[in-house]
Amino acid sequence: MAELNGSDRAVDFASLRKDFPLLAREVNGHPITYLDSAASSQRPFQVLDAMRQYDETTHANVHRGVYGIAEEATRRFEAARINVGRFIGAPDPSREVVFAKNATECLNLVARTWGRTHCHAGDTVVLTEMEHHANIVPWHMLAAERGLHLRWVPIDDDGALILDDLEQLLDGAKLLALTCMSNVLGTLNPVRRIADLAHAAGAVVVADGAQSVPHLPTDVASLGVDFLAFSAHKMLGPTGIGVLWGREELLSELPPFLGGGEMILDVRKDGFTPNDIPWRFEAGTPPITEAVGLGAAVDYLDDIGMESIRAHEITLTTYAMAALTERFGSDIHIFGPKDAAERGGVLSFTFRDVHPHDISQILDQYGVCVRAGHHCAKPLMRRLGVNSTARASFALYNDETDVDTLVQALDAAGAFFR
Amino acid sequence: MGSADRWDTGLMPGMEDLYREIILDHYRSPRNRGELESPPAHRVEGFNPLCGDEIVVTLEVRDGGVSDIRIAGTGCSISQSSASLMSAAVKGKPVTEVRELIRTFKGMMSVHESTLPTAGDGSAHEDAEATEPEAIDADALGELAALQGVVKFPVRIKCATLSWNTLAQGLDEIEAPA
Repeated sequence: MAELNGSDRAVDFASLRKDFPLLAREVNGHPITYLDSAASSQRPFQVLDAMRQYDETTHANVHRGVYGIAEEATRRFEAARINVGRFIGAPDPSREVVFAKNATECLNLVARTWGRTHCHAGDTVVLTEMEHHANIVPWHMLAAERGLHLRWVPIDDDGALILDDLEQLLDGAKLLALTCMSNVLGTLNPVRRIADLAHAAGAVVVADGAQSVPHLPTDVASLGVDFLAFSAHKMLGPTGIGVLWGREELLSELPPFLGGGEMILDVRKDGFTPNDIPWRFEAGTPPITEAVGLGAAVDYLDDIGMESIRAHEITLTTYAMAALTERFGSDIHIFGPKDAAERGGVLSFTFRDVHPHDISQILDQYGVCVRAGHHCAKPLMRRLGVNSTARASFALYNDETDVDTLVQALDAAGAFFR
Repeated sequence: MGSADRWDTGLMPGMEDLYREIILDHYRSPRNRGELESPPAHRVEGFNPLCGDEIVVTLEVRDGGVSDIRIAGTGCSISQSSASLMSAAVKGKPVTEVRELIRTFKGMMSVHESTLPTAGDGSAHEDAEATEPEAIDADALGELAALQGVVKFPVRIKCATLSWNTLAQGLDEIEAPA
């Protein structure tokens, strides 16, 4: 990608596809059409090579050894932290970026530390109807433990949050948890506007960025939230590492999450003294190779430019919605906003009365990988009045050909279940 | 890209094992659909957490036999047809025979699950104890044998067994000491 520099050049997205080795394989005798990046994205050579190079030349445990490669490993690990922080506009990347297992663990971390410190019997936490289970269950657990009330921001039939009564919902609330982008509807929420109202009500704002950070330019300062969680494996990086960004003044007053090595300054028979942030929240040996991979993924995304990626995905989503609607008309129902500029590249749909499982099974015969199920958003499924949907989701390596293949495979599924 | 034949559903290898004509028939025209009034009927719900499918089995047991059964809920072609086939197979049968049928059906699923030719995924050893080469009585299964092909598609086995597990739970609840 050496030819890519500057911010005004046109990116040749078709040429990027060859960076992703998995996309060269076949499935059931067909070239793979990978349309499940909202579940997990594929990795480019640049990420795979960086991890392999680190493992082959540099690996040692971090923050411990005084010997050369241990110091180098620590430097690589902490450099990844800075890199990720810079990628999301963190004011103080070295202190505000916490590594955990995935976005889910990050959200649990906030519930267990901030939540347990600040939420007491009778307090209220506000969620939205479109949350992923990862941003619901930790709050259910905290609510059960502490005797909290949960309130829900409803959605309308187009999959947008209904904000008319938001101020009443936020009245007296301690915390608001919301997704930046729905993993089912694709809806992009007006996070800044909501966060400002939450802050005016005295609530802290926890944002789930698992779907938005990989696909949109992210700047935590302009988002206006207090915590932001996301996963590496949805942004071209490896599994096993997620990121929690938190405002420095909030993180620094929180108790530790898990106990163990790395998170302490001192341990005595009569107690322990926790480490400074961010290591206070990183008990035990962290995912070091994975951090290197995440850093490389961020570099890869930066080289292309998040604005370009967003523009590419809007174009592709517009094309897909038009192609599916043109071919299938009222036989297909696509959930979420109609305007691609108001949504991410996630298309959940139902197709006639064919069950999403059956759709996915037939599509797989043509090498087309789509998700079928409740997408870990059962409250949303109930609101939509369905048990499950099929979902096609895009990343920077998808193109119009993938959409055409989806349409043809769906046509075949329709013929099969006629 | 493949030839124009790529989009001919008739050529999909393996699909005919999964979507047998009997299965599609029961999917399109499910038998014993609905719910019995409960009580007196016993009502039990089953969930497939993988896909969100829900099934409701209502059944009446009289004089040691399943006198009536209804299936409600939503699901894919495999779970719906399996439930429909099950309802037809157990209605009017003594509970002891129904339990035997459940055992035989689940045996068919697990026996084949463990001998799948899915090289390299390492999962073939998991059900070692269920792999005793147990002869499946095809006569006892009747039309249910049509679901045998499901075992070639491991993620769909839970679809096929959902209604059976739900029925077994219902029988356990009915026969549990009050």
